Amino acid sequence: MAASSGSLHESAEVLSAEVVDQHRAIVSIMEELEAIDWYDQRVAATSDAELAGILAHNRDEEKEHAAMTLEWLRRRDPVLDQQLRTYLFTTLPVLEVEESTGGSGGAAPSAPDGSGSLGIGSLKGSSKEATL
Amino acid sequence: MSHLLRGHAPITPAGWDALDQEAHDALRPALAARKLVDFSGPHGWEHSATNLGRITALKAGPVKGVAAAQRRVLPLVELRAEFSLELAELRDADRGADDLDLAGLDEAARSLALAENVAVFHGYAEGGITGITQASPHKAIALGNGVVQYPSRVAKAVAVLRSAGVDGPYGLALSPEGYTGVVETAEHGGVLLLEHLRSILGGPIVWAPGVRGAVVLSMRGGDFSFESGEDLSLGYAGHDADAVRLYLEESFSFRVASPEAAVALPAS
Repeated sequence: MAASSGSLHESAEVLSAEVVDQHRAIVSIMEELEAIDWYDQRVAATSDAELAGILAHNRDEEKEHAAMTLEWLRRRDPVLDQQLRTYLFTTLPVLEVEESTGGSGGAAPSAPDGSGSLGIGSLKGSSKEATL
Repeated sequence: MSHLLRGHAPITPAGWDALDQEAHDALRPALAARKLVDFSGPHGWEHSATNLGRITALKAGPVKGVAAAQRRVLPLVELRAEFSLELAELRDADRGADDLDLAGLDEAARSLALAENVAVFHGYAEGGITGITQASPHKAIALGNGVVQYPSRVAKAVAVLRSAGVDGPYGLALSPEGYTGVVETAEHGGVLLLEHLRSILGGPIVWAPGVRGAVVLSMRGGDFSFESGEDLSLGYAGHDADAVRLYLEESFSFRVASPEAAVALPAS
């Protein structure tokens, strides 16, 4: 197992296959983003235009890999799905996006706050009451 | 003050806290659709329509040589359920009573949750909402007689979705009668029926008031979109010397992006 894939914080015996797979995906995304950063720096540093072009091409390939893996993770993580739907592809200043969604950030609110809203929101991924 | 006008009600902050919590607790178990479909928002009371990204061409532009089209949107539906409570009960809440009679609130909560579920799963034509079972292009699979037949029917529905290229995990919305039958039944060998169903689906089994029979749907995301304007809220309508009139309210739209991502299983 690669060093970063061996970075489980709990004993593998107590983790489900689903959690371990999600760990693999998260580590892969980390590695892809790190590679993008490295390539970016090398593109900026080299004085050889052809090498810069190759490195930039390789860097952009890593972006595709990161996006594919992120999408795999989103499909299995309802809360991440909510957050990405809230923030991605918006045009407002990022700090104003949460306000535009009523302050919930798109994630499931969990309790009344006295404003009149009962704070229910999304229940997808809920494991309570009558959801088996 | 918001349009809910809570500041005009003869209700103390402690009374509102008790009512909010009761409404929250009464609604949450019954809101089956929110446990299975994507939720966007809340976008606020002022949010009026969902962007469909489509246009209708207009026959003629304002002037010659200029084409025109009109954006198509899905207007949000407002749902509201009114009820009355005795002011004496709310005074008792202020004294710390924890056995309040809030039957009117509970009934309104059940009605609103039922309305939301029916609109999402079976549609609400007057509100412009096409339900999941209405949109599905797949032939309905009858649930059969008796819950012991559920695993084979649900497995068949999952197979239909897989054949259509719809990935899982899959969720199951079950009518209250079907749900009760599932949780109280063990198959040969003592395996709980619900465990068997869960292994087939890979996703949740949800108690769904308003669902007729059952619905199997993909939970991969991106297929079913519930867009909330004002999320479920508690507001004030009026009062007299003895009682206060309140209401539960929400605004939302619902649309099916991938009709092929669900199969209806009507009760036999």
